[in-house]
Amino acid sequence: MSSFLQIPNPIAARRMFLGQSGLLLSGAAVALLAGKQALAAKTDGGTTNDVQILNTALGAELEAIAAYQLGAESKLLQKPVLDLAVTFQGHHKEHADVLAKTIEKLGGKPVVAKAKYNFPVEQLKSQADVLKFAAKLEQGAVSAYLSAVPLFGNRDLSKAAASILGDEAMHWAVLRQALGEVPVPSAFVS
Amino acid sequence: MRVLLAGVIAFGAMHPAAALVAPDAKRGEEIYGRCTACHSLSFDRVGPRHCGLFGRRAGSVAGFDYSTAMKNSKITWNDKTLDQFIAKPLAVVPGTSMTYDGVCDARDRSDLIAYLKRVNKSTECRK
Repeated sequence: MSSFLQIPNPIAARRMFLGQSGLLLSGAAVALLAGKQALAAKTDGGTTNDVQILNTALGAELEAIAAYQLGAESKLLQKPVLDLAVTFQGHHKEHADVLAKTIEKLGGKPVVAKAKYNFPVEQLKSQADVLKFAAKLEQGAVSAYLSAVPLFGNRDLSKAAASILGDEAMHWAVLRQALGEVPVPSAFVS
Repeated sequence: MRVLLAGVIAFGAMHPAAALVAPDAKRGEEIYGRCTACHSLSFDRVGPRHCGLFGRRAGSVAGFDYSTAMKNSKITWNDKTLDQFIAKPLAVVPGTSMTYDGVCDARDRSDLIAYLKRVNKSTECRK
């Protein structure tokens, strides 16, 4: 497979980049759900913690979906940035779906989206404001998943969380690039 | 590679300069970026707001849906309790919904707390 970095046209490169990240997510989802029977069969104390970790992640994913919806409906985003936001929102929807299904398989009750989220709407006056807001959410998501990885009792869930982490990190980098910032600011994420 | 990475992480966690360097609120603002998946300063999200944090009883923001563990923790937030909690949230409050492994670097925690203290005096937190 060729790299998106080798494609001179930025739009085509982005399409390939997004396509590759989609493949990554699909792989994680399949891996996560493929292990559902084994996960559901586990009854050790770690399962309760795993459900809590997944539910916290699900809460953040649901909020991210709402945040991207706000951005998409703000009329502040122009194409192709608008397309990017909708694509990223789609990724978060996939994350949320797989997290909710896994929580149920583990015997837990998935959190549901809030009827209303508090977003700093009055601070969003331009496309750049929306991108900065989204970038902050994605940066935080990277850190949240990174910090969840070592907590899971089940290592398959750690692997799935790491896969989602990779997707969020790509979102963050692309948003930084769109803002004219250095897309990958350091060798490590924290 | 694993040994090298472990060494890098251990160096970061145990760097003696951490205890000698004055807290840097500006650096702490950057570190606060790690919290922004769940927290904001002036409004509740997946986690509760951080404005009004110092001196506040854990689990006491009206209307926020805390874990039972946090509500029963009997913690009052100050420099010391915050430092302990964000180092290992699940060890300090088992059952908390803040399922975050923690900020292992003492200097990072110190800078983060310095930022939170500074920003709590800002207009954003005084609204």
